[in-house]
Amino acid sequence: MPSLKELRNRIASVRSTQKITKAMQMVAVSKLRRAQAAVEAARPYAQRVEAVLTNLAGSAKPGEGPRLLTGSGANQTHLLIVCTGERGLCGAFNTAIVRLARDRATALAAEGKTVKIICVGKKGYDQLRRTHERQILELVDLRAVRTITYDTARPIADKVIALFDAGEFDVCTLFFSRFRSVIAQIPTAQQLIPPELAETKENEKATSYDYEPDENEILAQLLPQALTVRVYRALLENAASFFGSQMSAMDNATRNAGEMVKKYTLRYNRTRQAMITKELIEIISGAEAL
Amino acid sequence: MALFPFELVSPDKVLFSGAAQAVLVPGHEGDFQVLSDHAPTMSAIRPGVVGIDDANGKHFRVFVRGGFADVHPLGLTILAETAIPFEELNAAHLEQEIKNAEEDVADAAEDQKQAAQEKLDRMRELRDSMKL
Repeated sequence: MPSLKELRNRIASVRSTQKITKAMQMVAVSKLRRAQAAVEAARPYAQRVEAVLTNLAGSAKPGEGPRLLTGSGANQTHLLIVCTGERGLCGAFNTAIVRLARDRATALAAEGKTVKIICVGKKGYDQLRRTHERQILELVDLRAVRTITYDTARPIADKVIALFDAGEFDVCTLFFSRFRSVIAQIPTAQQLIPPELAETKENEKATSYDYEPDENEILAQLLPQALTVRVYRALLENAASFFGSQMSAMDNATRNAGEMVKKYTLRYNRTRQAMITKELIEIISGAEAL
Repeated sequence: MALFPFELVSPDKVLFSGAAQAVLVPGHEGDFQVLSDHAPTMSAIRPGVVGIDDANGKHFRVFVRGGFADVHPLGLTILAETAIPFEELNAAHLEQEIKNAEEDVADAAEDQKQAAQEKLDRMRELRDSMKL
């Protein structure tokens, strides 16, 4: 049986932990709101770029066009870009993304393909390093980045394009967590190169455009931009998912701590009462004996 | 004057969405003005200023860099990588853009050097025109 002092200390420490988790939860809530607004704000642009790209790609002849659109023609080397958070204490957020990426890497390796990995975010790197150390090309550290802007995504996209132009890989897939709601974040894999495109509808194809400069040049300019937009979106979705995940994790932790405090307080009071009773019995029986 | 729907979007926000009378677009091959029922055109844009006359005849100017103007049968959409309303644009912004452009010129491979240089010249021109 722990002594009263031990119980008191225990309660105090659980209480202070609870204060921390509570504060973290509230911070996550407010950051989530901002991250969500950023996701919303980025949506129109991303949708337009997709629409324009789909339209252009639909009018290009199959098998022709810039390599960023059609791919390198091979399917041997795969580049996985794994976007995770920079911090922990967010439930299964990082683990879920890493697991998806790791499963893919293992499956590809089993097919005899070469896998290369770029980690965006330190947590994913820490986890992947254990099993895929040699395949990791580099770690993009976003810890210093306070708010994700388009300029955050640009260097990542530029790097990917440079690697592709250098013939370092054939297929590029992006792993991130799609933000569905505060309680639902879905780890997602999206293929960047060659890009996945929605099927064009027949009636949309009919519009004949004037191109300035010509079609191919526009496509060549648009493709890197579309890639950047996708990376940007992934980063934003990831940020929102991270805070959503952290929020529910911290909410759980706070509730658990509350329950623990309740349990220990009950035990503390029981022990205290038992001691008082014991002392009283001792005093009374001592007095009776006289 | 006939109106048409116009949208100016940058990656982080929608700067203008609504009806417009006329929009002046700094196209890759030269400036062009879009009115209602313009022929469908897809044009890359060069760094410059988009001039917008909205439904009430009010005139806006927005600085844009990188992106596309998409004149579709329903209206006009400008996708700009960077878009800054003229009132918010200041010398510091422009200096920063010019610095970026200078770096682009320095980094560019031989065959792209000319394009990057053109962009830089254009930025400088813009700065001078604003008398900053």
